[in-house]
Amino acid sequence: MNVRSIKALVQPDRVHRAVYTDPALFELELDRIFGRAWLVLGHESQVPDAGDFFTTRMGREPVIVTRHGDGSVRVLINRCAHRGARVCEVATGTTAEFVCAYHGWTYATDGRLSGLPLPDGYAQPASESVGGGLACVPRVEAYRGFLFASLAEHGPTLAEFLGPLRASFDDFVERAPEGEVELAGGVFKHAYHGNWKLVLENHNDTVHPAFVHASSIWAARQAPMAEGAYSEIGLRQMLQNGAPWDVWENTGLWVAGYGHSWMADYHDDSRLVAGLAHPAFAEYRAALERRLGREGATRALGDLRWNSIVYPNCSFMSQFRQLRIVHPIAVDRTVVYAYSFRLKGAPERMFRDTVAFSNVVNGTASPVLTDDLEVYERTQEGLRAHGSDWVFLGRGQGGDQPDREGALRGRTGTSEIHIRNQLAAWLEYMTAES
Amino acid sequence: MREAADVELRAEVAELLFHEASLLDRGRLDEWLELYTDDATYWIPLQADQSDPLTTSSIVYDDRRLMEARVRQFQHPRAHARVPAPRTVHQVGNVRVLEVDGRDTRVGSTLVLVEYRRERQRVWGAVVEHRLRRTAHGLRIAAKRVDLVNSEAELDGIVCIF
Repeated sequence: MNVRSIKALVQPDRVHRAVYTDPALFELELDRIFGRAWLVLGHESQVPDAGDFFTTRMGREPVIVTRHGDGSVRVLINRCAHRGARVCEVATGTTAEFVCAYHGWTYATDGRLSGLPLPDGYAQPASESVGGGLACVPRVEAYRGFLFASLAEHGPTLAEFLGPLRASFDDFVERAPEGEVELAGGVFKHAYHGNWKLVLENHNDTVHPAFVHASSIWAARQAPMAEGAYSEIGLRQMLQNGAPWDVWENTGLWVAGYGHSWMADYHDDSRLVAGLAHPAFAEYRAALERRLGREGATRALGDLRWNSIVYPNCSFMSQFRQLRIVHPIAVDRTVVYAYSFRLKGAPERMFRDTVAFSNVVNGTASPVLTDDLEVYERTQEGLRAHGSDWVFLGRGQGGDQPDREGALRGRTGTSEIHIRNQLAAWLEYMTAES
Repeated sequence: MREAADVELRAEVAELLFHEASLLDRGRLDEWLELYTDDATYWIPLQADQSDPLTTSSIVYDDRRLMEARVRQFQHPRAHARVPAPRTVHQVGNVRVLEVDGRDTRVGSTLVLVEYRRERQRVWGAVVEHRLRRTAHGLRIAAKRVDLVNSEAELDGIVCIF
């Protein structure tokens, strides 16, 4: 597939279905997008101390994220340098070394080969023949505690890559009274038979809730609301999906370079927004003011962001302390890991709301999420049809307005600007020389 | 005497569990809800050995209101993930009375659930615990906990009731 044929797939207001269905293009995406971009891997609170590690994926690469003895975070390819077996099988833990199950090759937490059986059996030291040990992911950086890595030796810095989207991470962290968040509460791993782009296109799509979530909106409208009950958070969020069109039209929707986007000023439920009507809110606000002062706290709580998307592998909700990492498995198979975060220094009661919110927004059996997954699968099925080759993305086209820091804002919150922007980034990655 | 009472209790609780399974397999969800007390919870933990539904996420943690909302949603014509609805067989086994504590009886069981929907069949296995309560309306379910053997796996959306 050459550059010209790839370019023909993405047009100003439409995209060819092959972008979602062609296995050869998917393999190219793993090389050129997931092999180049900064990918979100997790959070520093997953590896607080030396020897702590967790395993994840970067495109097709299984990786181990470790905290080395010198305090740095390393990202190692989870593949023995000897015969290729994975050297770490558990999701998370603490260790001094990784020992391959096959022949006992042993690696330190920075990937260096520290031991092997019968070392005298080689003409030259084995470590020299295998590049020192486990292959290391060349670039690893953190922003406000969130861990990123890139499989490419060279490319934009993390700050350049994130651009104005950094403000969404700032928002996430500034809401914490201690100025830090920590990952907590378990991880949902939900999967669907569809392309990885479908979930990223959906999260800032404000026209879909009224249709995809019609049944849960309807069910929540019949439900008696009980102040302070566990169910309140979930039911309120289901109701919010049923906001009238003018709310969605007036929602802010911004896009930036590299395919990123974020949505803001949408939520109007005071029990959900920033916990304004939470029983513990006064206590929380006082704690936040101790760090930021009165005005600072007002500013931190006033930035009402909904989904922020870090293209190509992450979508997070700073205001609701949720972060989702998208793992492309095959052209028609995707797994999403969804995490919750605790605001350090906030009243513990507030985390219960985070868990309740997570269950209903990201839960594998959620009345909301399951309908999203269903629609991704129906879309994937439909896109296999040869009867029509094009996906139409013209909503709001021509109305994009330049905004601060080089971002563009959709003329309305229902614009498909974020999808066009993702595909523009897709095209750049897929056709770039290196 | 004691033994006869134990046998009778075991038969009674097993009958309730089989009845619940049968209602679910026949899609009679309103009647299923009626088996539960007003303060009931229906819980599918996310983690093996999870001790708490409020500080760790759950695949399902429904209080009575959320259970009702879930059933209501399932009956909506545009509950997309349930169009068509899955067909299921709930096979309940190994029923044992674990503890009798005043009005409440803890009952352990295992569940093998075969689910079919749209050209895909899935098999689920779970260790289940019911907390049953004697009420004016007879024996009711006050809490149900379903520990799926694959709760920590990468899972497609779940739209059946266990």
